[in-house]
Amino acid sequence: MEALDQIWVTLKHSALGVLPAALRGWASILLSIGPLVGAFAGLFALTTLVERKLLGRIQNRPGPNRVGPFGILQPAADGLKAVFKENVVPRAADRLVYTLAPVVMVIPAILALAVIPVGRNMTALDLDAGVLYFFAVGAGAELAVFMAGWASRNKYALLGAMRALAQMISYELPLILSTIPVLMLTGTLSPSKIVEAQNAYSFGLAQWHVFTPWGFAAFWLFLIAGMAEANRSPFDIPEGESEIVAGHLIEYSGFKFALFFLGEYLGLFAMTSLAITLFLGGWTAPVSFLAWIPSWMWFFAKLTVLMLFFIWVRGTVPRLRIDQLMNFAWKLMLPLSLINIVNAGLWHHLGSGPLRWLVSATLVVAPYFLLGQGLAARARWAPRTYRWVE
Amino acid sequence: MSLTFVITALWTAVLAIAAMTLRNLIHCALCLVGTLIGLAVIYLQLDAQFIAFSQMLVYVGAISVLVVFAMLLTKSSETQAEPRGNKAWAHGLGIASMVFLVLAASFSASTVGKAADPGPRELPVAALGQSLMTTHVLPLELIALLLTSAMIGAAVLALHDRPKNPGDPRPNP
Repeated sequence: MEALDQIWVTLKHSALGVLPAALRGWASILLSIGPLVGAFAGLFALTTLVERKLLGRIQNRPGPNRVGPFGILQPAADGLKAVFKENVVPRAADRLVYTLAPVVMVIPAILALAVIPVGRNMTALDLDAGVLYFFAVGAGAELAVFMAGWASRNKYALLGAMRALAQMISYELPLILSTIPVLMLTGTLSPSKIVEAQNAYSFGLAQWHVFTPWGFAAFWLFLIAGMAEANRSPFDIPEGESEIVAGHLIEYSGFKFALFFLGEYLGLFAMTSLAITLFLGGWTAPVSFLAWIPSWMWFFAKLTVLMLFFIWVRGTVPRLRIDQLMNFAWKLMLPLSLINIVNAGLWHHLGSGPLRWLVSATLVVAPYFLLGQGLAARARWAPRTYRWVE
Repeated sequence: MSLTFVITALWTAVLAIAAMTLRNLIHCALCLVGTLIGLAVIYLQLDAQFIAFSQMLVYVGAISVLVVFAMLLTKSSETQAEPRGNKAWAHGLGIASMVFLVLAASFSASTVGKAADPGPRELPVAALGQSLMTTHVLPLELIALLLTSAMIGAAVLALHDRPKNPGDPRPNP
């Protein structure tokens, strides 16, 4: 089992051993990047199919089932179609910015995946400040959306881009603030060291951060904010098909659209992978008697479960309105994540007894209910009326 | 000078010039973002990981988005037809040369980069945080106070009591 756990590392090293010494540096870089990009791109193809299938099932229809057995070859058909489709560029578009935008969308997502430990000894870029790097490169995605919306010279596209920017700025705050408790208690910014810190078992159960009260709260805050950052439903008002017809994507066709699609999913994978690293113990097993299963399998199993969760949410929850979206970020998630930082500090100083569990749990549950009730009491619920449309 | 440095330096300088000379404001802003990314790469080559990533996070992630947002909201994203007058150029050149002189004087007077042994090149982020929280905690808190007061000031300025639309059932955002 040890051999299977390290199979990718051993493969890489034996491949490097064949090469002359002068080429090894570059080959090592390529052999780290290539499989990573390949694995996540393959996962992207698979996810599009599973997502359409599951959404179909949720909506009581079969989903794609024409290409290959059970529609398995649908992603290949979609990819071929995207490549051969005519590339329509609007005449008024700013050609350079319009062409660059899809590329700028994909690059940060791939860069962000580099610091994720996908298995034992399997981090492509083991940085001391890895978590900071993740958020630093992630900043490019916002610009890509803006570039796309502005360069298309389309009112809907610009509206979508403005919405996306407002949403991404608002949710970046709870996203980053919810990671701070983990960084405080592990005392490091390196993803692989954060995973190592969770690789311990008490009573057979892993010491993942999600199993502590502050970690539980931070995990959900991070996941929700991450969904909003990735423009994922129910936070997909930047696309809003029914009002602004796909927003910043409206003028994109063919492979450029496919690149946007890829960038969005890779961004979601990166965000989910960071959530797994920070809260779900990365590549470690949840219970000690299952620790013999290879580490990379655990990582991708967790990734799959979270992706299925996202698909389930997409099929179930309706889209938010923009004022609801902003209120949710600034009035509920931001205070909760700030309180959670204090909570983590108390957790560190209260020693290891039942007292800290009680205090920590209270500091999670009480603000949630108090804030929720306070906000609900202030909101004036009324039947929806339309001012501009009759 | 390594090849990587030449490439990043050229990239940064060319984009900085473009950011000042292009007519379309949005293009200028995008070039400015490119310049800032180039600066972050230069920091990385100097083994200053924390500064490089903070630069990316703050300038590329937040400030540039703020800049384009402000442009779109103030209707100034139209292309300017004619260039600025020569007088502005002369003023700008004067200020720039003065700034350059001050910087050059202070750099040539300081000992940075002249010491025989510059010490360990790579500083772990943990050590940086430790010193920020212990020896330099007062400046840090002062800056935090300044920024908080600026933010409260901005919120107070923006909090105009608008006359409410009676037909509007939506909660005031």
